[in-house]
Amino acid sequence: MARTAVRASPRRAAAEGPPVPRSWELVEGWGMAVGAPSRVLRPRSIEELVRCFEIARQDRVPLGPRGTGNSYGDASVNGAGHVLELSRMNRILGWSPETGIAEVEPGVTVEQLWKRILPDGWWPRVVSGTMFPTLGGALAANIHGKNNFKVGTIGDATLEFDLVLPSGEVRTCSRERDADLFHAAIGGFGLLGVFSRIVLATKRVHSGDLRVRGISTRNLREMMAAFEAGRGRADYLVGWIDCFPAGDASGRGLVHLGQHLEPGEDPHPEQTLSVEHQELPAKILGLFPKSEAWRILRLFNNDPGMRLINAAKYLAGRIEGMGEPHLQPHAAFAFLLDYVPNWKWAYGREPVRRGLIQYQPFVPSAAAHDVFQDLLARCRRAGHVPYLGVFKRHRPDPFWLTHAVDGWSFAMDFKVSPERREGLWRLCAEMTEVVLAAGGRFYFAKDLVITSRDARRFFPPEKLAAFERLKRELDPEGLLQTDLWRRAFAGA
Amino acid sequence: MAVHDLTEPATAAHAAPIAASPRTPPGRAIVVGASSGIGAAIARQLACEGWQVAALARRAGDLDRLAAECRDACASTGGRILPARHDVRDAEEIPELFERLVRDLGGLDLLVFAAAVMPDVAPAEYDTAKDLEMLSVNLGGCIGWCNAAAVLFRTQRSGTLLGISSIAGARGRKGNPVYGASKAAMDHYLEALRNRLSEAGVHVCTIRPGFVDTAMTRGKKVFWLISAEEAARRSLDAARRGVNVRYVPRRWGLVALVLVLIPSFVFRKLSF
Repeated sequence: MARTAVRASPRRAAAEGPPVPRSWELVEGWGMAVGAPSRVLRPRSIEELVRCFEIARQDRVPLGPRGTGNSYGDASVNGAGHVLELSRMNRILGWSPETGIAEVEPGVTVEQLWKRILPDGWWPRVVSGTMFPTLGGALAANIHGKNNFKVGTIGDATLEFDLVLPSGEVRTCSRERDADLFHAAIGGFGLLGVFSRIVLATKRVHSGDLRVRGISTRNLREMMAAFEAGRGRADYLVGWIDCFPAGDASGRGLVHLGQHLEPGEDPHPEQTLSVEHQELPAKILGLFPKSEAWRILRLFNNDPGMRLINAAKYLAGRIEGMGEPHLQPHAAFAFLLDYVPNWKWAYGREPVRRGLIQYQPFVPSAAAHDVFQDLLARCRRAGHVPYLGVFKRHRPDPFWLTHAVDGWSFAMDFKVSPERREGLWRLCAEMTEVVLAAGGRFYFAKDLVITSRDARRFFPPEKLAAFERLKRELDPEGLLQTDLWRRAFAGA
Repeated sequence: MAVHDLTEPATAAHAAPIAASPRTPPGRAIVVGASSGIGAAIARQLACEGWQVAALARRAGDLDRLAAECRDACASTGGRILPARHDVRDAEEIPELFERLVRDLGGLDLLVFAAAVMPDVAPAEYDTAKDLEMLSVNLGGCIGWCNAAAVLFRTQRSGTLLGISSIAGARGRKGNPVYGASKAAMDHYLEALRNRLSEAGVHVCTIRPGFVDTAMTRGKKVFWLISAEEAARRSLDAARRGVNVRYVPRRWGLVALVLVLIPSFVFRKLSF
């Protein structure tokens, strides 16, 4: 097993050097429905990172790893101790335009990466719907994108990483070297160790634009058919669903199919590959500052308002579906969630009390349609209709705690308020039964409702047992913990 | 080898109340520079209204006196003063002390920065060490404390920063170049914080007092003198009303307006 010792012994390092930057703040999940005040430590180097472990030990509290806090739920919240935020370890350590291989510190964001590599004709193999997550967090959650069905997760694009264990030891892992830890730490939500260096393969692109086609679908069945029909030629596939209508229109929506351009198709690749070409417009219609647009969305953040917005979007989609495919920059296609800054504030600005949760079941192909229709019907019956629904196709991957299945996922955004909270959690518990009965899974970057009893039902028992064995071996004190860990793992 | 067991559920010390939970009225404040002058008066007034107030200053004796004084006065409202000795020049101490105080208070709604020094400066004195010392208290301390509070307020999307600046920042007068510079810089810094934090629902209020009856004005030629209690009352009132910049009393605003209009070649001939 490959082991590299850190330079100074952790005990000595704790007493040396300037203090690790820290603050006392409210640490919340991205969806704002969970959070706790915590001390946030922001190491700038591996030495400071190891010192953070020592600080937590001395204070006798657990340490919860966090990037930029973009997971919806409690994956990077630690109400029982300190938070270890890696966002200041954000150097791009190496980049080769010849091979397309990038070596980064964990705090480098998806945004930093694409802005660095795109002008050289490369794009990250896997990106999230927002460009703000750190790559350390992305790897810990094993994120996927709209191309999951084709290229897998970010773990599949990772060649090697260094993991700092609670002991201070740094382990280099890859598919060949320490393969167990490689497959456990990817998707391990920072519970085994903290990434300090990540080596990623990226994708060659011949244009800064994608060819994008909108396909309007009148119900879920049509949407799934459109996905299956497009799967062979598409590089990206994503479906938007209007969750309000019932009956024959249940699951109506809009599919976007994206394709990379072939060499020569773009007459001016040097222009489209520039960062300027990719930037999202700062103003809506050139007038209204986007930073204030959430205030308008807030007016519609209720059932009638969202019913209206979803219906309007569906109609716009019908029109788009009649048109020809169009070109769209990578960033504009990939980072839909970044169009309206702080749009989540439309859900309210009282942290922990108000916000949103995302509930995203992954269901094997055969059962998917009926399960999702069942879930939609239950939502409507319970009076908790999702304000946003997103549909994707997935494929399995080799990571121990993966969420991916050979099937489909349906991500639903639910509004959380003090009045709705209890009923919403009840609805989610009911839906979870349906999903688990169909062999489905869940994804902790999106989740706030799964219990450890649920988790034990969908993870393969031998994989979960192996993960827990590794946890006990590498972190016998239980130093690395998050609210997620205590909710979905430790509780059983 | 297990050093100790961390697998137990959250310890009581860390099960801190969530900032957004219904808070104990009327509020929790930190007042930096609370041993005398406007700072002491603000701390006293808040405590008398029932606030939990952490009062910070270099002089521990004055703080204890303030706490004792308030203990009786606040008995009916439930307010109290938590005294804490602190030298604002010790920037490294701030994050730790801030964390401890906010936990003791059970959250934070208001941070008041009222610490300042104004040593006499002779007409031909250019003493760098003395000047930097002044800057370190008046500006360095302000930045250290406001930054710490800004991070918390931004993430909890509520809170007020109240900075006691001065009319002295309006123009570069002959008398005390660095005192004026420290206050001008403070105004600029607080304005920038206001603009940064407004998006998160956090308010920043800058107070520019004229002459206030404190150690700073003793033995000087003054006019329109008001008491520290009066200045404190007006400052808190401005902060509660969401005022951005308030001269205390307000007629100093007219003075400032005139001051900035005086052309430089005239201004340099003036004696003050």
